[in-house]
Formats: sequence, C-alpha cells, structure tokens
Amino acid sequence: MPNMSLTKVPMPEQAPDVRNKNFEEVATGYTEEMAMEEAKRCLNCKHKPCVSGCPVKVRIPEFIQCVAEGDFSKAYEVITSTNSLPAVCGRVCPQESQCESKCVRGIKGEPVAIGRLERFVADWYMKNGSDRVEKPASNGHKVAVIGAGPAGLTCAGDLAKLGYEVTVFEAFHTAGGVLVYGIPEFRLPKEIVKKEIDKLEALGVQIMTNMVIGKVLSIDELFDEMGFEAVFIGSGAGLPRFMNIPGEGLVGVYSANEFLTRMNLMKAYLEDYDTPIRKSKATAVVGGGNVAMDAARSAKRLGTENVYIVYRRSEEELPARAEEVHHAKEEGIDFQLLTNPVRILGDDQGHVTGIECVRMELGEPDESGRRRPVEIPGSNFVLEVDSVIMSIGTSPNPLLRTTTKNLEANKRGCLIADENMKTTREGVYAGGDAVTGAATVILAMGAGKTAAESIDAYIKSKS
Amino acid sequence: MFKIVKKRQLNSSVVLLEIEAPFVAKKAQPGQFIIFRTDEHGERVPLTIADFDREKGTVTIIVQTVGRATKLLGSMNEGDSIRDFVGPLGVPTHFGDAKRVAVIGGGVGCAIAYPQAKALHGKGVHVDMIAGFRSKEIVILEEEMKAVSDNLIITTDDGSYGKHGFVTNALQELIDAGNQYDLVVAIGPIPMMKFVCQVTKPYNIKTMVSLNPIMIDGTGMCGCCRVHVGGETKFACVDGPDFDGHQVDFEELMRRNANYREMEQEENEHICRLTGGVRTNA
Repeated sequence: MPNMSLTKVPMPEQAPDVRNKNFEEVATGYTEEMAMEEAKRCLNCKHKPCVSGCPVKVRIPEFIQCVAEGDFSKAYEVITSTNSLPAVCGRVCPQESQCESKCVRGIKGEPVAIGRLERFVADWYMKNGSDRVEKPASNGHKVAVIGAGPAGLTCAGDLAKLGYEVTVFEAFHTAGGVLVYGIPEFRLPKEIVKKEIDKLEALGVQIMTNMVIGKVLSIDELFDEMGFEAVFIGSGAGLPRFMNIPGEGLVGVYSANEFLTRMNLMKAYLEDYDTPIRKSKATAVVGGGNVAMDAARSAKRLGTENVYIVYRRSEEELPARAEEVHHAKEEGIDFQLLTNPVRILGDDQGHVTGIECVRMELGEPDESGRRRPVEIPGSNFVLEVDSVIMSIGTSPNPLLRTTTKNLEANKRGCLIADENMKTTREGVYAGGDAVTGAATVILAMGAGKTAAESIDAYIKSKS
Repeated sequence: MFKIVKKRQLNSSVVLLEIEAPFVAKKAQPGQFIIFRTDEHGERVPLTIADFDREKGTVTIIVQTVGRATKLLGSMNEGDSIRDFVGPLGVPTHFGDAKRVAVIGGGVGCAIAYPQAKALHGKGVHVDMIAGFRSKEIVILEEEMKAVSDNLIITTDDGSYGKHGFVTNALQELIDAGNQYDLVVAIGPIPMMKFVCQVTKPYNIKTMVSLNPIMIDGTGMCGCCRVHVGGETKFACVDGPDFDGHQVDFEELMRRNANYREMEQEENEHICRLTGGVRTNA
C-alpha cells in the first residue's frame, strides 16, 4: 500500500541557533525507517516523469522501490549505474526544479523526497556497503579530462566504466572543484566528496593535481606528446567578477571565491590549518545566488554578529534555492532586498568601515524577462560593516581558450560546444560551467555524462 | 610529492632550494612563479622561480624564512619532500628591445632580479645591477650577480659593505653621471619599488616591477592578488606579476599585504613557543 501522506517525511536538522555556530551538516539525513516510509509515497508511475527531470537520468522509481523493500544495496546499484556522485547530488541538486518538479505526487501535496532518498542510499552504502570496486578491463584508449569538478569527474567515471584509461588534470592540490572549494562543509561534508572521488580512483581514473593546463601543458601536448585521443574540458567558471565601484581595493573586501576557498579548501576556520581569514563584526554579502547564501552562512559561523545579504531585486527574483534562503533566514542572516551598493567606505588605514547602498524599485522587464531594478534617487544609506564579500557571479577562466588553437568561445568567454558537447576543435569536448557559465552541479554532471558518450562514439568511429 | 634535491643557506634567513618538479622545469620562463604547500595543513604561498634546469627537471627557489610557511619550508632538508608545487604561473617577463638596462634588487628580491639580469645579459644587453641590503651579513648572490652584469653596485643601508645608502641613491647617481637607460627593472620590498619608480618617473624611463601581493590559488580564480594598475583592476597571478611601475597603486598594495599581519605575528609567537618553528603534526 502506498503511503498517501501529502507531505514528505520531514528531514531531521540541527536547530538554527545551534548550527549557525558550527560547521557540521545542517540536515542530518533520514533513518532507515524514515527512508522506507518516504519511499512508499512513490506510486511507481509507468511513464516515470521524474526521470525526465534528472540531467543524469537516474532510474528513480526503480531505486525507490528497492528502498521501500529495504534493499538499500540494490538501490545503490540502480542509482550508480547512471550517477557517479549520488551522495553529492542528493545534497546539492535543486530537486524542486528538476526530478521532484515532475513528480505526480507534487500535483496535490508535496512531491516524493527523491533527493533525500538518493542521499540516504548513498550514505547508507558508504557506511554499510562493500568498498570493493570492480575495475573494468582496459580498452587501451586514453582520454584526458581537464578539471576535477563535477563535470570532469562524471565524464571520467563514465569513461572509466567503459574501459578507457582516463587521466584527470586538476590545477588545485585537491580534486573536487566547487565541491571542495565552493560548497561549504555544512551543506556538503568534504569527507563525503573524498570518498566519492576515492571510488572513481578505484575504477582506474588517474587524478593528477597541481597541473594547470594551459601553463604546464597545452592541449596540443596532451594529444601530440602524451598520446591522448580525446580531451574533455571541464574547467568551470572560476573567474570572479567585481562591480567596479570605488573601494573594492580596500582591506576586508573579498570575492566569494576567495572567501569560500580560504574557508572550505584551506580550512581557515580550523585552528590547526595555517591559512588565515579575517574575523569580522559585520559583513555585507553582495548578491543573491547560492554562492552568496554559502558565503553569508559561513561568515555567520565564523562568529560575525551581523551578516547582510545585499541584493538589488526582490525576494521573488533571488536566484538561490528557496531551501537555502530559508536556512539562511533561520540562521539570522539579514536580507537587504531591493538594495544596491554604490561604493565601499574605508578608514585612513584602508580598512572597510561600511558600504553605501541605494534602495531600488522594480521597473519594466529587461531582456532576461526579469523586472529591471531602478534606483530610488536620494535613498542612499550606509550599512556599517568591516568586511564585504562580492558574490555577483563568475565567468570562465580565459587560460585554455587563449592557449589553444581553434578553440572558440562566445563573447561571454564561454566555450562553444554543440548538444553532444563537441567543441570547435576535433577531439576536444567541453561541458559544465566552462560552456554554460556559472550554473549547477547537476547540469555540469549531465554535460560530463553526455560528453563521455560522445567521446566513446568518436573514438570508436576512428578505430 | 616534490623532492628537495639541494639546499643552500644564503644568509641567516634566506635559503636556496632546488626542487624536483620536471613538469614545471620544462615550461618555466624568467618572471614566472610557483605556489608551494609544505603539507596537508599548510598554506599556499607564491615564490618567484629563481632558476630552472630543464634536463635535470629541477626548479630553484630562494626563500626568506619570515613566517610560518616559509620557516617550515626552510626547516626541511635535502631528500625531504613537500606536498604541493604548482607552476609555472603568471606571465613570463617581456623585456622588449631594451639595449641598456638597470636591474635593481632589494634584499631577497635579488634572487628574482638575478635571473632577470642573467636573461638580459645573455641577450647581449648592457646591464648595470644595483643590489641593496640592510647590512653586510645579509648580502646574497654577489658572485652570481657580478657574473651577469657589466657593472654591479652593492649598497647597504648602514654602510657596512659596498656603497652606503639605498638603491635609489645609487640609481640617481648613475643617472646623474649620464647613464641613459631604456629600461629599469626593480624587484624587492614594495617601498623600494615605489621609490625607484619615483626616481625614474621624471626621466620617463620605463620601469618594470614584479609585484608580490597575497595569493591563494595563483590561477585567477579568487582575485585576492588584485592590484590597481593605471586605474584598472588586474590580477597579479594571471596578468602579472610584472607591471609598469609608474601605473601601480603601491599604497593600496602595501595596505592589502598587511591584511593578515597581526594574525601572522600571533602565529609566529605561537609556533615558536610550542615547536620552535617546526610543525609536529605534519
């Protein structure tokens, strides 16, 4: 009998006033009983609309039936046949706009908690499952992957399963891309990312860290000297934007990338790590995306008393996930909506003392379809802060496109790739933020998956 | 892991390390830098490449042991390995078609000025080199610099060796004596580079400086190393580290570099008390 409850089994969470002082995971995950109860809400529809909403096409009703029956091992097998990083996806995918948005149960009541169930299965398997991985037999073909973020890791995992010898080149000292430097510990524990990556290595994927492709090796050298037959570029969109307003050179102004890299990758909040970070009394985070929420909530956890989100449109247009906005509010983040920075103020030591903002109202829709924010003259005011984190977006790093012949990009600096992730250069594929500009983890994974299929077809067609 | 194959103490706080890093050695060019991290808990710290040997696959760095990370690195010995060593980063130096150049190094900056002089000298350019130090005890690389310049002037602030005074005094004297330079290269502490630029500005002598802002990744993804050059925001790790000194906002750079000074001092006291400068949990 299906469970006909209109609402999801609630997710256990740390209390807001407890969790905003620690870096442990906010949501603590389903128990076996909760998972089985939630799984019984799935109607196992014949036409499976949920699957069409998943960029990596997880066989959702099938794995959920396994959970309902208590066969978590089998559920894991079903998920990982199409998804290389389930513990990550279950946590950070915006399910409300993907799989869960298509769920029939969502027409009347809440959709099935697909993300929470995927996370449960992945976590259960990490704890109870076998850590033996069957390494597929080599097919003798070599593929290079540039960037060890979600796109690159997915592409590498899928190719390794097909028998390719895959080498991933990562610029940082740790693989994971935004999963390790961007998304904070309290949303995605780094230990979990590490375990998922260890599994890929057990599949035979070789990861070379400290390798900045475009500097230490060119794409030409990967082909000509190192014998790779195809290259996948998953180098992301890591170049931060600034607003070009006065005061951005003051001490205490960070890009969100810098702030989050110090926090997450370098663990600046832990005493036994050497990388420092400024302790602030009040912080303004400029922007309204998931990265802004991550930065604001991290700042709060560092002990910052007042943390403001400064966003020029209204709540409705906030690009961050509703769940993240909700969590941020619960944790005491102060939302200054319809507000835009004009300049950053400093003292005679060059340290930030405040941010001058102007109130906005929404005018006519612009070309993106969103109502354009317009300044209200004379509404300027100053938020007293001693640090500012700019989180107004990123664009792809120009390093690869400027050092590789015949690799074309559009005017926003994004690599041009077709629906099969094929770039303008033969044998070179690209996907994820490097192609789309800053987007989501799961879209990057979907692109990595498609690219792996294209690369497989390309290499087979040649040999 | 990257093995230390040679270590030489140049003075009491400056050490030369030759490190096995074949990929970096193969591509390194004068003016580029690396980022190192000694161990899992360490910071990422940038250092300019002082020399490289493509055949041996080694890269030489010269480091002043001033803070926790550099002290840890300096405490390591031949045969030890460091966790991370990434590069070559930044844009190689472009000297243009300069015929007569003054290369100026300040303190440990001489370690970076030296390969520049060597590269210029090797191209047949006339090189006058000025190397400034606080006092006699910390003079480094004198023989090496002498070998790659037409004229080497060593200055000490206290007059204990060479010419008494700052590098700027020596440069002014050379200019006053009628030497005409079409390029000045200045590498050292920020105030030194700033004052060299003040000397060359009235004569309109192109002056190249190598900036040393705080960095994290060194690949252009965080903007920690941003500097204002001619009013524009530049990331020193990808647009530099060389810039036209007459365009650089040195005051801002100095302020930004002092960002973590208090924390560093605390750390230094902390580490000295506990472990005498060497991490125990490494």
